[in-house]
Amino acid sequence: MSDLTLTVMRLGFLAVLWLFVIVAVQVIRSDLFGTKVNPRGARRPAAAQAPAGRAPQSQQAATQQQPRPRRGAPTHLVVVAGSLQGTTVALQGQTITLGRAHDSTIVLDDDYASSRHARIYPDQTGQWTVEDLGSTNGTYLDRQRLTAPTPFQVGVPLRIGRTVIELRK
Amino acid sequence: MSTFDLSPETNAANRRPNTTITPAAAPNRRNTELVMLGFAVLVPILAYANVGLAMDGSLPAGMLGYGIGMAALALIAHLAVRRFAPYADPLLLPLATLLNGLGLVMIWRLDKAGKLLRNNFAAAPNQLMWSGLGVAVFIGVVLLLKDHRILQRYTYISMVVALVLLAAPAFFPSRQEDFGAKIWIRFGSFSIQPGEFAKIILTIFFAGFLMVKKDALALASRRFMGLMLPRGRDLGPILMVWLLSILILVFETDLGTSFLFFGLFVVMLYVATERTSWIVFGLVMSVGGAAVVATMEPHVKTRINAWLDPMAAFAPHPPANSSEQIGQTLMALGSGGTTGTGLGQGRSWLIQFAAKSDFILGSFGEELGLTGLMAVFMIYALIVQRGLRTALAARDAFGKLLATGLTSAFALQVFVVAGGVTGLIPLTGMTMPFLAQGGSSLVANWALIALLLKISDIARRPAAEPAAAIPEPTRGPVS
Repeated sequence: MSDLTLTVMRLGFLAVLWLFVIVAVQVIRSDLFGTKVNPRGARRPAAAQAPAGRAPQSQQAATQQQPRPRRGAPTHLVVVAGSLQGTTVALQGQTITLGRAHDSTIVLDDDYASSRHARIYPDQTGQWTVEDLGSTNGTYLDRQRLTAPTPFQVGVPLRIGRTVIELRK
Repeated sequence: MSTFDLSPETNAANRRPNTTITPAAAPNRRNTELVMLGFAVLVPILAYANVGLAMDGSLPAGMLGYGIGMAALALIAHLAVRRFAPYADPLLLPLATLLNGLGLVMIWRLDKAGKLLRNNFAAAPNQLMWSGLGVAVFIGVVLLLKDHRILQRYTYISMVVALVLLAAPAFFPSRQEDFGAKIWIRFGSFSIQPGEFAKIILTIFFAGFLMVKKDALALASRRFMGLMLPRGRDLGPILMVWLLSILILVFETDLGTSFLFFGLFVVMLYVATERTSWIVFGLVMSVGGAAVVATMEPHVKTRINAWLDPMAAFAPHPPANSSEQIGQTLMALGSGGTTGTGLGQGRSWLIQFAAKSDFILGSFGEELGLTGLMAVFMIYALIVQRGLRTALAARDAFGKLLATGLTSAFALQVFVVAGGVTGLIPLTGMTMPFLAQGGSSLVANWALIALLLKISDIARRPAAEPAAAIPEPTRGPVS
């Protein structure tokens, strides 16, 4: 082997090694999952092109006929206080269970929570509803202890032990 | 899926009138993983060819078989992940594969040094066999462990198992070649190092225990000398386990591992309780402990001396407690320079002791230079980054603690070995994860990566399937 070949090989190998590192960093960059910001006009052309001359009711009806996402419908659930503060869960029409049980959607690590404490689900009209599942210490929606399934509005604090959860748009 | 710490920019965007925010599900990244895995197999094959061309002037004969073997192992691991952990992190497997491959090449290259290296025997086939076993364990974990939260049930069993594993080598006869450390269990020619597995199992115990007790540890505390100290009954069990493991290890004179456990303990307490006092407490304790051990153990004293003055052993009249290992490694690193001597062209056999295991970084530094060594460290850093990212994304406190613990154990091990070899801290005999020769370390680290992959799979999986019983909302015109 000539010296030149060996030098080229040596530097080439280092280049390939660093190329791997750089590609790996690129993969991390493209892997930043979280929230995606879309320009509204592109996503919902129907809403944007709603004729201006229509009566307000019909325009409202048109907006309501949009299957999903509804205007004003919450898109995610945020834990605003407690040990899981900062956690968000995307709402995609699924039931969210809260409790200390390991298979809950949000595993509450809270001494005042029961293993199956409460659940949050969309009811038949699509309104998000919160139901206490017979917890020991109760579930409080804006200081009211829940006794029956109750509509869960955006921005209303839901307290379970030391954990506070809100729906956000 | 879950996201943490919505940045202020995102919140600001939320209020902008002409944008909508939709949660982007973490995509299934299996194809990316496959491409990266191909790359990760290709790099060691290149290195293999490079060594062969430099040393013999021709492509090595085993190149095809070796390449196919590695590619097959990687492919099987990938298929297992694709089937059983489809949303797992795309980078952990390729990064681990690359390190394993590079380690294999370097060991093979040192085998070729032949008689120049003291006590040389062909270790590469053995290492390849252990890699296969490691990948098998990896697949086993990915396949059998449905959910990492199951491990929480075995919190106290893991405590007992970890202690038994740590204590076991003390009851087995040690040999002359073990260089003062009693950390192996031997069955004939076959030996395992249970401390490597205890690392993972102890992390499971710490995670399970701290998850239950973290509020008590963080809140029910007394102020003592400006530090918040928790009550004895909360801290008692964990302190006892930690003390026992340290004592066992000091008795077996395995200092690297005791440092690793101590660091792991401090990191996990800090993460669980968010109290800075733990860091202060841990640093003070480790400095104090190191000072005590250094004055008592002659074995350790030698290492400290070698760290303070690596070149003392080369003096005409070397002092009694001196060791030439660090000096040799530093010279290897120095002769490598910026871009190295090239694979297969260094004089790695000049590192007389443990060139394939503890000091393999010295050989890498010599043949790949600073540039190559930095790339290797970057790969380790990326594994640590992915592990901590997994901890951030995990939706349950146990998963968070477990991922943090496993990652910090890995990071601490890399730090202890790399710091020791480069002369930053006193040398403690440990193996560089994936690179160094050593079956137990390889298998244990593959299991560690599998656990992290499994946690990341559950953390990144899109939220549960929509509730089937609820019909699509019907909205007629409002009458």
